[in-house]
Amino acid sequence: METNRRSFLKIGGLCTLGLATLPIHELLAKTDLPRVASNPEAFHGKQWAMVVDMRKCWEKGKAGCKDCIDACHKVHNVPEMGNVKEEIKWLWTDNYENVFPGQGNPYNIENLRGKPFLALCNHCANPPCVRVCPTQATFKRADGITMMDMHRCIGCRFCMAACPFGARSFNFREPRPYIPELNMAYPTRERGVVEKCEFCSERLEVGLMPACVEACKVGGLAFGDLADPKSNVRKLLASNYTIRRKPELGTEPNVYYIVS
Amino acid sequence: MRIYNAKTIIPGIIIFLGIATFPLWYNMGKAAPAPDPKIDTPVIQQMAVKQCVLPKIEMRTGHMQLLNDWRTSVVRDGFRIYVAADGKQYNMSLQNECVRCHSNKSQFCDQCHVYAGLELNVTPYCWTCHIAPKETK
Repeated sequence: METNRRSFLKIGGLCTLGLATLPIHELLAKTDLPRVASNPEAFHGKQWAMVVDMRKCWEKGKAGCKDCIDACHKVHNVPEMGNVKEEIKWLWTDNYENVFPGQGNPYNIENLRGKPFLALCNHCANPPCVRVCPTQATFKRADGITMMDMHRCIGCRFCMAACPFGARSFNFREPRPYIPELNMAYPTRERGVVEKCEFCSERLEVGLMPACVEACKVGGLAFGDLADPKSNVRKLLASNYTIRRKPELGTEPNVYYIVS
Repeated sequence: MRIYNAKTIIPGIIIFLGIATFPLWYNMGKAAPAPDPKIDTPVIQQMAVKQCVLPKIEMRTGHMQLLNDWRTSVVRDGFRIYVAADGKQYNMSLQNECVRCHSNKSQFCDQCHVYAGLELNVTPYCWTCHIAPKETK
């Protein structure tokens, strides 16, 4: 096919004209209906955070109370593996010197001996797990939740190495046979993926507080939006001295503890 | 025209054709029955208008794409409600919404997946994590 300068310029001009009308086309092609929507009852926040009031837990709660852990592990189909090496934990307790290493001295360790400290994913504002994940299976949501996309997880466990809080567990074997009672409304995980606390993102979406917060009978757990000065967590942070886990690492944890 | 060594070549050709066409005549009359996904679940039977989130033909060819988009929307973007073309809203959840109507996994999902030669519960591996509905046989 032969072409001369004149026809080439004509075609070029037509193409430019076509491109220029693209915005009009996009405007006309837009449908009235949005394809996806958010639940009107959903809670919205900019940076979800939790304040754990250990005083209430120790003073008002019964010794050995595990209501929060049981509630969490039940709704999220967390398996009971039966041994420490393969343990899967979203919410757990540990002693003072393990939860707050470097912040203890022989005397306060002695004072706090035997007292359980609640630990969970800190949903850090600067999460190292997200930075190392090669598939972006773990990522930061706009509401501050460090979320897992199990569909993308390849089980490389970089995130487990990166997390300084031990908040991530790997499924070394098929977890389903180890789940005491299946919650049919929530998926399980499969062998070869990493899991952790997700701040009950699925419950926030339908206007429910996290399962642990709801389960605590003594009101030891407060959950709210750090960006909202009127939120309950901001009020608690304003009126109490709070500590965070390993603040020196600069991950900016969003779980705060009232210890005394 | 004359074939050299016809005594060995002709039986050789016959044996070769027999072996080469073995799969054809061995499987003669044993064609796998066409998939017959059933939608006669109690929930669907009670529906006045039997309508899925998209027209049937679009669901048949594009349900995998739709599920993939739903996953991205729910897990990554945080939107959990799907607005269908008729304005009806659906909870974007395989385990809670799709299965509410299609509670017959073995008669619905597996019918085509098995016919297409996909290994049951391996590809697609939806049900290794999502809990399949309990079926009454």
